[in-house]
Amino acid sequence: MTTRIVELRQGILKKNDELARGLREQFSAAGVLVLNLVSSPGTGKTAFLERTLRELKTGGARVAALVGDLETDNDARRLAASGAPVRQINTHGICHLEAEMVGRHLEGWELGALDYLFIENVGNLVCPSSYDLGERVRVALLSVTEGEDKPLKYPTLFNSADAAVITKMDIAEPCGFDREAALKNINAIRPGIRIFETSAKTGTGMEAWLDYLAEEKAGRRA
Amino acid sequence: MHELSIVASIAESVTESLAAYPGARVVEVRLRIGALAAVVEDSLQFCFGIATEGTPLEGSRLVVKIVPVTVHCEACGGEGELESLQSFRCPRCGEPASDVRHGRELEVESIEIEEAEERVNP
Repeated sequence: MTTRIVELRQGILKKNDELARGLREQFSAAGVLVLNLVSSPGTGKTAFLERTLRELKTGGARVAALVGDLETDNDARRLAASGAPVRQINTHGICHLEAEMVGRHLEGWELGALDYLFIENVGNLVCPSSYDLGERVRVALLSVTEGEDKPLKYPTLFNSADAAVITKMDIAEPCGFDREAALKNINAIRPGIRIFETSAKTGTGMEAWLDYLAEEKAGRRA
Repeated sequence: MHELSIVASIAESVTESLAAYPGARVVEVRLRIGALAAVVEDSLQFCFGIATEGTPLEGSRLVVKIVPVTVHCEACGGEGELESLQSFRCPRCGEPASDVRHGRELEVESIEIEEAEERVNP
């Protein structure tokens, strides 16, 4: 027997990255802005997305959503009440969405007939950061109940985000939320990132968020 | 944790590259993992033994090299190693810097294999 070293220099997630690149090209050709929403469980991704879908639809935009969870289609049913097409992705134990799952759940959808497609990732601040889904905008969400140092604890995810959303601002005060510290921590990990302070319940901050979506959409298409 | 998925992907890609070396056995798998890759070495090591059972990687060693995070600074134009993952600032001039150049790697760098001396090419 002889031993030898074989240089591979191969990305471990090469397959996912290739699929994601294909999806990104498909989305861009269809002119649909795709966003990947990532947060811990309980941050309020679904409530935030419900409100976003509803307001975008009211404004005449064509929207759709994919929603990832380990089990149940509860979130898909909640989101479908907005009237937008919604599909549930059940990962059955896998802690993140992968590009292959996204591709498989898009079958039969006319992407060219959409303005925005939201992908609500599985509630998890670690694993989704490694998996590109072909999105244009990665959104990290953080609620006022979670502790202002969350960005410092999960730098990988916050550093890879294009926008940050703080949710549940309506209960910031009773929770003793330190707004300055939260903004400072997000900026420490991702300097200059756009931050939206929102409440899906009262509508606070939604206007700025919707303006941002419109800007991103217009910018990407030009 | 997604280390099991990561290890399964490693086993798959290494097995594919072994096609060029029929009958070879893997002795060592060397990875380059960025400090910002959100992967824990202990979990990788733990999952590696399980996920490689029954594959040509069974019994091989996993060696992990951690790649430090480096950022490019727009203010001073320099590039340097981040001092702390809690503060994305240029190590030279101290200005905020979020342009990460290294530290997200998730890569199989190389493998060490043991092959039969008389290799017959088909």
